[in-house]
Amino acid sequence: MIRYYLEFERPIEELELKIDELKRASDGKDIDISSEIRKLEKKVNDLRSEIFSSLTPWQKTLIARHPDRPYTMDYINMMTSDFVELHGDRRFADDPAVIAGMAKINGIAITIAGHQKGRGIKERIYRNFGQPHPEGYRKALRVMKLAEKFKKPVITFIDTPGAYPGIGAEERGQAEAIAVNLMEMSKLKTPIISVVIGEGGSGGALALGIADRMYMLEHASYSVISPEGCAAILWKKNGDLSAADFSKAADALKLTAQDLMDFKIIDGIIPEPLGGAHRDPEAMAKSVSDFILNAIEELKTRTQAKLLEDRYKRFRKIGTFVEEAE
Amino acid sequence: MAWFKKTKEIRTDRKGKIPEGLWVKCDGCREIIYRKEIEKNLKICPKCNYHFRISARERLKLLVDEGSFIEMDENMTSADPIHFKDAVSYKERLKENQKKTGLLEAVISGDALIKGYPASLILMDFSFMGGSMGSVVGEKVSRAAERALEKKQPLVSIASSGGARMQEGIFSLMQMAKVSAVIGRLRDNGILYLSILCDPTFGGVTASFATLGDIIIVEPKSLVGFAGPRVIEQTIKQPLPDNFQRADFLLEHGLIDMVVDRKNLRDTLARLFELFS
Repeated sequence: MIRYYLEFERPIEELELKIDELKRASDGKDIDISSEIRKLEKKVNDLRSEIFSSLTPWQKTLIARHPDRPYTMDYINMMTSDFVELHGDRRFADDPAVIAGMAKINGIAITIAGHQKGRGIKERIYRNFGQPHPEGYRKALRVMKLAEKFKKPVITFIDTPGAYPGIGAEERGQAEAIAVNLMEMSKLKTPIISVVIGEGGSGGALALGIADRMYMLEHASYSVISPEGCAAILWKKNGDLSAADFSKAADALKLTAQDLMDFKIIDGIIPEPLGGAHRDPEAMAKSVSDFILNAIEELKTRTQAKLLEDRYKRFRKIGTFVEEAE
Repeated sequence: MAWFKKTKEIRTDRKGKIPEGLWVKCDGCREIIYRKEIEKNLKICPKCNYHFRISARERLKLLVDEGSFIEMDENMTSADPIHFKDAVSYKERLKENQKKTGLLEAVISGDALIKGYPASLILMDFSFMGGSMGSVVGEKVSRAAERALEKKQPLVSIASSGGARMQEGIFSLMQMAKVSAVIGRLRDNGILYLSILCDPTFGGVTASFATLGDIIIVEPKSLVGFAGPRVIEQTIKQPLPDNFQRADFLLEHGLIDMVVDRKNLRDTLARLFELFS
């Protein structure tokens, strides 16, 4: 398998390539170098622990966008059964950048909506790199309304660079589609649990993110603007921006799961396998599933009135300001 | 003083403020117009009806019954929740903008009478950090909506904004959720909400309260959308249609109810209050 390494993982890559080489060299031959390999494997593990214990916000952003990272459809496949995908917003089209449907998780029927980025060039283009058009948000809302009608919990997976900036998207009311989701989700009469599995890109992410429980994977990001966008506005070098600028912007934006936990915006951080979710997708899916099941269990005892009041208050109280007269 | 003040700025289609000098070039029709003539005309170009940007205070004067406005939350100012670091700190930037505009934040809110009809008001000011929405804007919008709910009177918002305020990070993003949830309560309780969009309104403001009005009104030729035209152009690498994201484009695509001249806004609002009461 060809693995994809990020820039800061180069030392890990070198070691892993060496291990592969040794394994190949010893394959079918009479020399025993397994102790040598074990030593290297330990070294790689230590190195990875070291690198991943001190990731910068920009490095986390890159992991959140890693092309091998599990996407919504992967989680659906790994942690649910009986998935039925539902299509279309009944108004204009079906948007492949959003997946919606029903499934069972541990025997419990749920409704799912999530961004889907797509793997490989062809699918990426088909999924528009996970950037929805208005019909994607409207499809998600339609399915959430179904959940409300049949009293099923809603699970949303967030993973998008943002809502698509295009002519058609504007013509069909991108802003209104997002706004309506925010409003309708804030009063949807069924529990909503939201997990940021990768990139939480601004309003296009938030449009699936109004929830009673909000979790982020350990290396996921959630931000009002991308570090690139922020850097372009602040330093206006237009095209001349470097990774160092993005890194500075990522620092300033406070977009990591740890930041959002400190700000009390999210309810929990779901730990990732060493090296990121893509290093062990099955284990990752198991953890995500555990968090979701716990949340479903917790929320199902709430009365509807209490659920809605708590959700309203959760968002109503966000914000910091100073009120005394000068 | 010279007859023409030479401005070296590169002309763009999205520059709405009236430049200094005796004569002004209109951004709508590119005609040279005597400045006083525009000011006499509520800052509307007499040739092409282009509506220049005006401040929240100026709007207030045009809209409400004289002396009826009671400002609320007027001392609310921004904290610095994420300690945003840039060459200029967020706090300094706020101070600069306060000095420049005479406002404490990008929005003025309160209660007033419009032709005798009581209403809760939200007026954004683009000159304060591009009318961006951070915690203060989100909170003032929410409180204005809650007052409308409590007093059972209509809510009127006049938006003009570049979107969510970057310098408050995730807190700004979450203001979109907050204000949308509050507007949801108006919907469920039969409170009329009239949303007026002015040049320009984008991003987190259009993607939250501004497009949730029962009635949406846009000023002539205003630029309104989700993503800014420059971002779209860079993304699709094609030139944009001529009237893209302009008021008539929005009307044509069914995104708004009507385009109303600044001069007629007060009468239009009063008529709607009457019809919905």
